[in-house]
Amino acid sequence: MTLFIEQCLNGLQFGLLLFMLAAGLTLVFGIMDLVNLAHGSLYMLGAYFAATFAAFTGSFILGAVLALAATLLVGMAVEVIALRRLYGRDHLDHVLGTFGLILFFDEAVRLIWGPEGLSLPLPSWLNASIQVLPGVQYSAYRFSIIVVTLFVAAGLYILVMRTRVGMLIRAGASNREMVGALGVNIKLLYTLVFGLGAALAGLAGLMQAPILTVQIGMGENILILAFVITVIGGIGSVRGALVAALLVGFIDTLGRSYLPDILRELLSPAAASTLAPALSSMLIYLLMAIVLIFKPEGLFAAGRK
Amino acid sequence: MSAPLLQVSGLAKRFGGIVATDDVSFAIPEGELHALIGPNGAGKTTLIAQLSGSIVADGGRIAFAGADITRLPMPKRSHIGLARSFQITSLFLDLSVLDNVALAVQAHAGHSFSFWRNARAEAGLRVPAREALARVGLADRAERSTASLSHGEHRLLELAMALASKPRLLLLDEPMAGLGPEESVRMVEMLRALKRDYTILLVEHDMEAVFALADRISVLVYGRIIATGSPDDIRANEQVREAYLGDAETAHA
Amino acid sequence: MMPALTLRNIVVGALMVALILLPVYAQLADDRFLMTLFTRIIILALAAVSLNLILGFGGMMSFGHAAYLGIGGYAVGMLAKEGIMNGFIQWPVALGASALFALIVGALSLRTRGVYFIMITLAFAQMAYYVVSGIARYGGDDGLTIYKRSQFFEPLNLSNKTQFYYLCLAILFGAIYLVRRLVNSRFGMVIQGARSNDVRMRAIGFSPYRYKLVAFVIAGTLCGLAGALLANHTDFVSPSVMYWTRSGDLIIMVVLGGMGTVIGPVIGAVTLLVLEEVLSGITEYWQIILGPLLLLVVLFARGGIDGLLTQLGERLRRGRPS
Ligand SMILES: Nc1ncnc2c1ncn2[C@@H]1O[C@H](COP(=O)(O)OP(=O)(O)O)[C@@H](O)[C@H]1O
Ligand SMILES: [Mg+2]
Repeated sequence: MTLFIEQCLNGLQFGLLLFMLAAGLTLVFGIMDLVNLAHGSLYMLGAYFAATFAAFTGSFILGAVLALAATLLVGMAVEVIALRRLYGRDHLDHVLGTFGLILFFDEAVRLIWGPEGLSLPLPSWLNASIQVLPGVQYSAYRFSIIVVTLFVAAGLYILVMRTRVGMLIRAGASNREMVGALGVNIKLLYTLVFGLGAALAGLAGLMQAPILTVQIGMGENILILAFVITVIGGIGSVRGALVAALLVGFIDTLGRSYLPDILRELLSPAAASTLAPALSSMLIYLLMAIVLIFKPEGLFAAGRK
Repeated sequence: MSAPLLQVSGLAKRFGGIVATDDVSFAIPEGELHALIGPNGAGKTTLIAQLSGSIVADGGRIAFAGADITRLPMPKRSHIGLARSFQITSLFLDLSVLDNVALAVQAHAGHSFSFWRNARAEAGLRVPAREALARVGLADRAERSTASLSHGEHRLLELAMALASKPRLLLLDEPMAGLGPEESVRMVEMLRALKRDYTILLVEHDMEAVFALADRISVLVYGRIIATGSPDDIRANEQVREAYLGDAETAHA
Repeated sequence: MMPALTLRNIVVGALMVALILLPVYAQLADDRFLMTLFTRIIILALAAVSLNLILGFGGMMSFGHAAYLGIGGYAVGMLAKEGIMNGFIQWPVALGASALFALIVGALSLRTRGVYFIMITLAFAQMAYYVVSGIARYGGDDGLTIYKRSQFFEPLNLSNKTQFYYLCLAILFGAIYLVRRLVNSRFGMVIQGARSNDVRMRAIGFSPYRYKLVAFVIAGTLCGLAGALLANHTDFVSPSVMYWTRSGDLIIMVVLGGMGTVIGPVIGAVTLLVLEEVLSGITEYWQIILGPLLLLVVLFARGGIDGLLTQLGERLRRGRPS
């Protein structure tokens, strides 16, 4: 039972982390109509920056804050230099152009930090267990990820639903011309939105850094998960991204830990141990296929033109 | 007299708060050129879209040649003889002019699971396509790329594609939109000629053309048909003059 | 009909002749590496030609095409591991498995449009990637070594480098001819129409879905064949051949060479892979050049090399007093 609760918390933590990544992706798509494959590179940069700045300043928190700022800046720079020119072009151009950016970033990271990868050690106060429920111990660090991402998600909700900028963001998603006609500086708005998405990706990356190793290509696997989430949730819908991210987080985590047992009940041990790894990594794609059969536009299809 | 070719009864369509089609009923007998007029936003395009099947009606019934087609998908409607030309030009811009029309012919010439034979050398497709192009006066443009044609030529090509599918009813949505005076005259002549061979539902803003061509006219305002009748009836109709024609005629003067 | 003597056609012809004569040169210069490189280029060109059928002609932005390279390869590898070396069994299984996967993925993904289509094809390919990574019996992450190449009749011997090269080249030429026939057939007109204007296709009476699905399956099958060749070429197959960045590479080949012309992808494959060789000889960090280069192609040369050659040829012709 405790194990189950722990796995659920892991699922929640992973889901929320994926949401950080998917939110940026879906915002950028919803508002700028841009497919950004390089989103995973920003995740990777967040992790590299955090590892570097933390080592440099000697403080995990300070390193994280600096890394966040740096990813934001890199995101805005990339938007201004390259991506801006891709708005209004067809999706193939987006895919190719941002694929080029991935190659560039991966290689730039190899050039700057070397091919080995880095690690980001946790400070001792985070590297501990805490009691989350009577009798249930849980990693303090993972728990703090849950807390931080919940705060960020709430902040994002308030930003999008309650503020003037959020109104522009929502209007931008449904009516580009109107926002332009309001005299809003649309270029600036886009740069800011892209920076925001980049910072969210960077946040996800730097939070994962102590759990995984920081390495080249780390953004590419998780990018696909973020894509799956935006598709399941409905592209352009932040709410859909949240729901789908949690679904994927839970299903993936629980599937990996319980599917082997379930299969062993049903099949011979040999067959179970052959099938389990393959099947558990298929689960979320099966989920996506099922959602798409019934809702080709995802669970929360944003009002499309 | 036999049943009309097209019979629309109680058709309804809303977009959120807008009632775009409001309990519309009318009939078009075989051989008629029926004009549909009304101010911008009256719901003319929406009505055509429901007839051609690109929009599904919320309620009501559409019967064509005696069969209920209210829920029939768009490709099937084309096969039983409904052809539409689009108000906003909708062509295969990256194919040649002849390819555009030949595709329309091909859609009605058996299935297209033919993988080997060169379709561009099939006389069965190319000859009727050239005929349709000749009919609208675009014969000399056949080999050109569609993107390179003028707006007026695009309107004619729209028409040629509709003709190429051997329709029984032509749904023409503002074929003269955006044409210059000379091109308009040419289009009116074309429509007059087509009128002899086809049943036509014509949406058009050019009142002169409408009154010259139409056998009967329906007036659509805010999604409702407020009057149907011969050109003379419509001209004389008080309600129509108030709601629409008065403005249009002063605008013309 | 003789093709016109334009700059573009001269380049294409020269490329074809060069591909045919390459083994002779390699023999004379005793350059084994060149043979290996170009066998690989030809196989990936075949994959790119197959992708071009749906991407260039059909406008279907599939981002999971490398999956078929893997499926074709694993069909060969798995059967070989089970002791079945007969090519007449291995290859049909490779094609059949690819066709089946394409049928399932296509049936689901073609119901959607735009970005959804891109992401779904991508996700299904990743799924295939993870599935083979998880099967320990066939090597899992580490991949599967193939100890014996597919066996056909005497005297065809795939282990003979020259024979294998010409087999691949013959298949590539066959595929080019096939695609050429396809795109000019009624079927091809339908998929090109659907790329150009789907709504209009429906309005004139087509139901494009079925045709697109068939095109999707043909492209997948053809790429599965490339996969079977690739596995034989490297005597090895691993999940990494179907990783999503490999699908990206195939898209690059198609766009770089020129979409929507039958030969474009071959030019693209040759250019990209030779460029890779050359750049990686200059610097270890060659992708830092390739990445921005790609962005520049997207921004300024959308017709690809084929388009550039055609334009350049026009300009030369017009510049010349006649
Ligand atoms: N897809 C749609 N979604 C929402 N409103 C629509 C849509 N299509 C048309 N409308 C609205 O329906 C009304 C009728 O439009 P339309 O049929 O294009 O008029 P007309 O062709 O007579 O100018 C207009 O108010 C228009 O804004
Ligand atoms: Mg209209």
